[in-house]
Amino acid sequence: MFPVLESKEIAKNVYLQRIRAPRVAKKRKAGQFLVLRRTDDGERIPLTIVSSDTAEGSVTIIFQAVGKSTTEYARMKPGDAYLDVVGPLGLATHIEKFGTVVGIGGGIGTAPLLPIATSIKQAGNRLLSIVGARTKDLLILEDEMRAISDEIVVTTDDGSYAKKGFVTTALQELIDRGEKIGLCIAIGPVPMMRAVAEVTRPHGIKTVVSLNPIMVDATGMCGACRVTVGGTTKFVCVDGPEFDGHQVDFKELVMRNRAYLKEEKEAMERIEHKDGKCMGGAAVPAGGGN
Amino acid sequence: MADVIPAKPRPKPFSIPRQPMPEQPPQVRIGNFREVPFGLTPDLAILEATRCIQCKNPQCVKGCPVSVQIPEFIDLVAKGKFIEAARKIKETNALPAVCGRVCPQEEQCEMPCVLGKKGEPVAIGRLERFVADFERVTGNVEIPGVGAPTGKRVAVVGAGPAGLTVAGDLVQIGHDVTIFEALHKPGGVLMYGIPEFRLPKEIVQAEVDYIRQLGAKLECNSVIGKSITIDELLDEEGFDAVFVGTGAGLPYFMNIPGENLIGVYSANEYLTRANLMKAYRFPESDTPLNKATNVAVVGGGNVAMDAARTAKRMGAENVYLVYRRSKKEMPARVEEIHHAEEEGIEFHLLTNPVAYHGDDESRVSAVECQKMELGEPDASGRRRPVPMKGSEYKLPVDTVIVSIGNGANPLVPSTTPGLDTNKWGNILADQETGKTSKKGVFAGGDIVIGAATVILAMGAGRKAAAAMHEYLKTGSW
Repeated sequence: MFPVLESKEIAKNVYLQRIRAPRVAKKRKAGQFLVLRRTDDGERIPLTIVSSDTAEGSVTIIFQAVGKSTTEYARMKPGDAYLDVVGPLGLATHIEKFGTVVGIGGGIGTAPLLPIATSIKQAGNRLLSIVGARTKDLLILEDEMRAISDEIVVTTDDGSYAKKGFVTTALQELIDRGEKIGLCIAIGPVPMMRAVAEVTRPHGIKTVVSLNPIMVDATGMCGACRVTVGGTTKFVCVDGPEFDGHQVDFKELVMRNRAYLKEEKEAMERIEHKDGKCMGGAAVPAGGGN
Repeated sequence: MADVIPAKPRPKPFSIPRQPMPEQPPQVRIGNFREVPFGLTPDLAILEATRCIQCKNPQCVKGCPVSVQIPEFIDLVAKGKFIEAARKIKETNALPAVCGRVCPQEEQCEMPCVLGKKGEPVAIGRLERFVADFERVTGNVEIPGVGAPTGKRVAVVGAGPAGLTVAGDLVQIGHDVTIFEALHKPGGVLMYGIPEFRLPKEIVQAEVDYIRQLGAKLECNSVIGKSITIDELLDEEGFDAVFVGTGAGLPYFMNIPGENLIGVYSANEYLTRANLMKAYRFPESDTPLNKATNVAVVGGGNVAMDAARTAKRMGAENVYLVYRRSKKEMPARVEEIHHAEEEGIEFHLLTNPVAYHGDDESRVSAVECQKMELGEPDASGRRRPVPMKGSEYKLPVDTVIVSIGNGANPLVPSTTPGLDTNKWGNILADQETGKTSKKGVFAGGDIVIGAATVILAMGAGRKAAAAMHEYLKTGSW
């Protein structure tokens, strides 16, 4: 069993948990993820590892309660435990001296960005961050990102906080002012990553995205997470999760992530029914924005 | 004076026909996930056992990859000593309830059976299954004593058939064995791949429990190569030897258009969702499968039959098996093909998919097939299928299960310096000992020979365990 040490809501419907998992904590590197299962009937949910504490033997995850499983996770309290925690999985981020790096986090995507941006900064790069969310209530990790960034731009789509607009607008402004960008790393909703890749493409700026498809075993055995990159099928769980944003077939990824929309909704309705209350409009695909 | 009841004469072996195993009728069983055959009754088992003529030089034993003492155990069955018979098998086979169900007996122990020359061979597999079940169901499983601790520690990577065999053998000798399993449940393909209706998971669990009761430790959720590397097991965690039995866990696809449409699954994914994750109980269990009406399964092996029969039980009205050669070339067991046909699986033979088409939600809506004809034999000795031009036709489907085999999962080889592989990524290991290119590391099963059978993996495990014991004793490589 893997006990929850801490669980708190850090933004609307977004939760941070510290879980005891010493082996995972010891091995994880920036960019890697883990798989959770809460009960014996539970599904295997992949989530990025945000940070770890080897002394305590713990890992920290941040997730949005969007489906049945994550909604149940959100209700866990210190002392509750996950049945299974597996990891670290996936390839670690390739870190080197790129010069100036732009790190872009959209919504819950800022959670997986934080450890990667931290490693990039520690490797001696100049880090320019863009952290965005749809609205103020959904903005996460602003202070944490600010602490490691040489410069940071915060955006909200609706202008409810900081700069109004999309992260791509802020990115375009950095390009326009003549920043020589060695690497752009963008993590967030698929449409955001696709839009970022289109902004950087004409400038030949290397752009890395971190993908979050549906997975089952997450060890390369099933191929549920396959994605087309540069015309070739890749398994995100073992070949990724990071890929060249200019090569990813985002359209295919979007549609594959919708495979179980109907079933998700059915499962969600069941727990709402069981609770005797309506949680309203929460039925979006699991794994959305890990 | 009491009447003397004459002893019932033992019938002549050749006069008794091979005893059929009662099973669920096809129309009933396609509506449930319960096991298809009920197994022999004690009376049928005794009758079947009396068919064995107890050859002086039994060929059946030579056909068994783990050399089960077949005539001895069958003789015990004939005498009604079922528990003793089970223990006789367990001297050389730690997983008899599994083997009795999934071994291809017709090409192993039963093939050379003398009775088979004129009629039908003794039903060795059914008898093995019967005694293993009898022992378990009657609560008579006994944990034998193990050897004195040797002080040597062994890591077994993968809790599938090969790894469980190695663990069982070495722990009985007295070594300290830890099994590392990547998934959340042990059993490997027995758990995620072979369906409940062919191998109940309760039985797999019982056989794994037996290995644990012998003293082997089990750590699930440990992805060797990720969570811990082989080098760390040897250098930091204090293991003296490692056995790699990670299986053939990398599904092949055909690289044809439309293969990434929603509803196109690898057999691994489909079966893992159905078996390990219990999608057939959705929404009681959280992992779903899309509801399908028309399903195409691509391939002709045992896994393809498992996938097709699972799809039927998941509620599909039509299940098509699309296979590029003829029925004669199918690698699946005759019994599996027979069961699939009985359950209404529709075979599209000498047919190969060339593309998948989707609807406006990118869900698969049709498989485009091409007819094939058989040409000259290829490297496998089977006649090579050749496409027939202009024979294309579309089959409307809403789910496709690609079941054309598995390659080697690279997680261990790619993270283990000094561990050599062939060009397909299979670990190079000596056939007789399982020794790899890396000192202290042994390997066996599908990761070495490519996707094969449960019993071949167990056979490799048996040989590797003997070689590992020798290595642990002498230290010489």
